[in-house]
Amino acid sequence: MVNPDTATKPNAGNSNPAAPDSMEDRRGMNTRKLEVRDLSVHYSGNTVLSEVTLDVWENEIFGIIGPANAGKTSFLKCINRMNTFTDNMEVGGQILFSGMDIHQLKNVYALRSRIGVVFPLPVGLPLTIYENVALAPRLKGISDKTELNIIVERCLTRAALWDEVKDRLNSLGSLLSGGQQQRLTIARALSQDPDLLMLDEFSIAVDPVTTMRIEEVLKELRSEMTIILVTNLVQQARRLADRTAFFLDGKCVEVGETEALFEGNVEDPRTRDYIEGKFG
Amino acid sequence: MERTSPAQPTAAEFDRRNLDWYIDKLVQILVFIGGISAIVFIIGIFAFVTIEGAGFLLDDFSFKEFFLSPFWEPSDEDAPEYGILALVAGTASVTGLAMIVAIPFSLGAAIFIGEFATGRTRESLKVLVELLAAIPSVVWGFIGLTIMNPLIIDLFDVPVGLNVLNAGVILGLMAAPIMTSIAEDALKAVPDRYREAAEALGATQWEVIFKTVLPAAKNGLLGAVLLGVGRGFGETMAVLMATGHSVNIPDSLFDPVRALTATIAAELGETAVGSDHYQVLFTIGIFLFLVTFVINLTADLIVRGIRDQ
Amino acid sequence: MFEETELIARNKRIQGLYRTLLMMVTILLVLPVLVILATLVYKGGSIISMEFLFTDPVDGMTAGGIFPALFGTVWLVTLALLISVPLGVAAAIYLSEYAANNWFTRLINLAIINLAGVPSIVHALFGVGAFVIFFKFGTSILAASMTLAIMTLPVVIVATKESLQSVPYAFREACWNMGATRWQTVRRIVLPNAVSGILTGVILEVSRTTGETAPIMFTGAAFFLPFLPESIFDQTMALSLHLFVVATQVPGVPDALPYGVALVLISMVLLMNSLSIAFRIYLRNQKKW
Repeated sequence: MVNPDTATKPNAGNSNPAAPDSMEDRRGMNTRKLEVRDLSVHYSGNTVLSEVTLDVWENEIFGIIGPANAGKTSFLKCINRMNTFTDNMEVGGQILFSGMDIHQLKNVYALRSRIGVVFPLPVGLPLTIYENVALAPRLKGISDKTELNIIVERCLTRAALWDEVKDRLNSLGSLLSGGQQQRLTIARALSQDPDLLMLDEFSIAVDPVTTMRIEEVLKELRSEMTIILVTNLVQQARRLADRTAFFLDGKCVEVGETEALFEGNVEDPRTRDYIEGKFG
Repeated sequence: MERTSPAQPTAAEFDRRNLDWYIDKLVQILVFIGGISAIVFIIGIFAFVTIEGAGFLLDDFSFKEFFLSPFWEPSDEDAPEYGILALVAGTASVTGLAMIVAIPFSLGAAIFIGEFATGRTRESLKVLVELLAAIPSVVWGFIGLTIMNPLIIDLFDVPVGLNVLNAGVILGLMAAPIMTSIAEDALKAVPDRYREAAEALGATQWEVIFKTVLPAAKNGLLGAVLLGVGRGFGETMAVLMATGHSVNIPDSLFDPVRALTATIAAELGETAVGSDHYQVLFTIGIFLFLVTFVINLTADLIVRGIRDQ
Repeated sequence: MFEETELIARNKRIQGLYRTLLMMVTILLVLPVLVILATLVYKGGSIISMEFLFTDPVDGMTAGGIFPALFGTVWLVTLALLISVPLGVAAAIYLSEYAANNWFTRLINLAIINLAGVPSIVHALFGVGAFVIFFKFGTSILAASMTLAIMTLPVVIVATKESLQSVPYAFREACWNMGATRWQTVRRIVLPNAVSGILTGVILEVSRTTGETAPIMFTGAAFFLPFLPESIFDQTMALSLHLFVVATQVPGVPDALPYGVALVLISMVLLMNSLSIAFRIYLRNQKKW
């Protein structure tokens, strides 16, 4: 098995060192985690996303709000190249991840292993709870039992699930309750040790108490990774996101500081209408 | 040279093709070979059977004699004649009777199992149908020989019970289970809202079935019948043992006949490799292959048609 | 009001009539299984003994046991499985996990359907042309097994594909999102949850292969051999062909003998099938998600 941490050569340079570095977009010491340029998505002729251009910074929570069919989920799929697994999905434009053009990658699996994803509906894999969380490390070639134990406990704890399942780590993850499965999914995403975590309407199948607990977890995680939070609850975006993008009908209408948007400081009136609940 | 904090990984650090990447590619190639094997085999079957029959096909093949002559006299040393008309008649008569037996039975059973039976009854019936489908054709032939034969002699007062009737019934019983399964699938494919809509209009269950479900499932049912025909057409051992195996264009159910498949099975062992007779048997094989190919293709198109709707 | 109830009662009667009629048709359809089994047991049961199973036929196959045939069938089936299971599972994994939804995949599916529909005697001709003559295996266990393997390949492919596809797509997506390759996903999630379904299909294939007669008649099975095969290039006797031979080709066979052979054959086949069915029902009750 290949250990990704060994045989690492000193920095051989980004594949795209020429990324523009206009100072006015930089905030503090942060750099761009994700640069999306003119992204478009078509499903067998139907346009679901067009001309999306935005940046996501390191260590921020980036919220994406918008009504159903705005193209939010397709957007996430493009970022970790899951479009290659979807029939008839055509992607145009450019996405840079840590400065690398993701369509030029030699090993797309390595990209995905750096991006944790949480779905609207929780998916507990038909493995034990332990193995659900140990799977990603195992895929990377970690097989040392003590190391795995540490990872499993840490990730389950961070996902606020450890106390509930620590006595039955060998029962099936797919048979947990919905809320528990969603936290298991988060633990699994964390077990990848990702630098980007993408959550797609994670609270749909989760009770409010669990939602609040997960939100607390996300706030803590911000210091370690970048988070993209797609949500159908505008207030959730307000609670968590540093910046928020508003998607509508396959277009990114605008991106702004969350507080500014919610205070009505918008460029496009539709953003305000959506935030105020006039449609959606 | 080990970095502990991957806080800002660069392309060179993780965009490397590792062992798992290569294993995945390798597996992809291996399973692809498995996938195309089916195509290779189908082409191979056609190619090899054609090659073995080629000599006859190119030199002596006369469409008129082959298909229209009722005389199958391969062992006539002076003037062997290779007409398959009687053999086609044998196969057709047996298959035709088999369908007359199998269609009502399999359709009835499919309706009962799919629409009326519930719970344990339904499960047991399905298991029995499956077991029926599993009985090997040589055992069916043996049944024709040992059970049906004396039964037909007794019932109809005929001298020999190995004939169209015997083989047709046997073949019908053989084809019925597979037809039942496919017909039941076709019924299952009819959306429940059809049934609910008809029931909401006050139709009784049998009205729902006969006026709504059956018409909606008719393509699938047709596909089931076609597959049954294909089955009967290609069946070998049972018709070899139960038809009486004599070259004959039948006038009645009680005439013995001989089928295309059975002819190959009975005579291939006695022919010299490469002889005319040997090549003619392979030519019959090509004919069988093409006919079943067309039948299966048609059935598949029809069945797929309903699935795609 | 009165007339309405009359109508309902009439409908109920008609409904009951249809039900009874269809039930009788169904029973008539499945009855032969039981009748055949009963007849075979009644007429052939007496001859079955350890000696019958484990001794050679003697006196021109009019007496003695069926051991060489039984032995040969086991050989043929085992070898056929060794060929068709890896190939069939690979094909199913390709179709279910790797293949795109395009014309080429449809072509493969079409080939599988037709492979299943080609008459068994045509498979025999293919076996003769390809394995016996072209590849020069001669009439041998190898040629016969390969013919059987190709013939029953669709059984493995279809069963495997079905059980692979019964594993929900969401599990695959979850794995892929974690950076698993397709193969890692198949090996860690899909296969472990499909392996019992595949096994069900394999048992079914064993049953099918055991009963096949026509494909082995000219490729490797012999009417009678006074010795057991020593390698895969030898000919062998086989149970299914032995039934054909003692039932039609040999004069002076005592009545019970072919019934006994048929009983052994059908017992093996139905046993395998029942096992496969039982296994499937057991699996259906083992919900993992």
